[in-house]
Amino acid sequence: MAMDLKEIEALIKEALPDAVIEIQDLAGDNNHFSATVTSSSFSGKSKIEQHKMVYNSLKGKMGNELHALAIKTKEL
Amino acid sequence: MDQQTKDLINNEITNNEVCLFMKGTPDAPQCGFSMAVSNMLKILEVNYKGINVLENQSLREGIKEFSDWPTIPQVYIKGEFVGGCDIVKEMYENGELKKVLEDKGVNFKK
Repeated sequence: MAMDLKEIEALIKEALPDAVIEIQDLAGDNNHFSATVTSSSFSGKSKIEQHKMVYNSLKGKMGNELHALAIKTKEL
Repeated sequence: MDQQTKDLINNEITNNEVCLFMKGTPDAPQCGFSMAVSNMLKILEVNYKGINVLENQSLREGIKEFSDWPTIPQVYIKGEFVGGCDIVKEMYENGELKKVLEDKGVNFKK
């Protein structure tokens, strides 16, 4: 199973509308990605909470369709 | 998650100062992310327990529910969930990991 880069971006954008998202397909296999997400929604939240917000935006795909997504979050 | 799995997780994180729920073992990791975290703890000479979730399917799923975190590896320090690979790596790089270990009274190479 794999996911398209655009699909990941759209899901994050839906949950965090102001987010600036940079996604890279690390291995070119639609299965190992890294995402840097910058959003004002992260302010005042712990790293764990910030990453959970990104995971939640992916609606359960993380760890299933999506095998590997390295996440970096930044506050806007 | 069944009670047995919950008890198992609670026992591990209570009885070991630092726990790494991982794919494979510290000596033979079976996933790059698990290996990365394992190596960071080794470099800091942290005495940690690696728990191989690949040996136990209910643990593999249970730990995700327990921590409300969808991926493995997962690091617990003194019973508290600290993060997965990305967060621990960031903390390792910016010195926060050492600070947390120090604050929680865990021995490591300073």
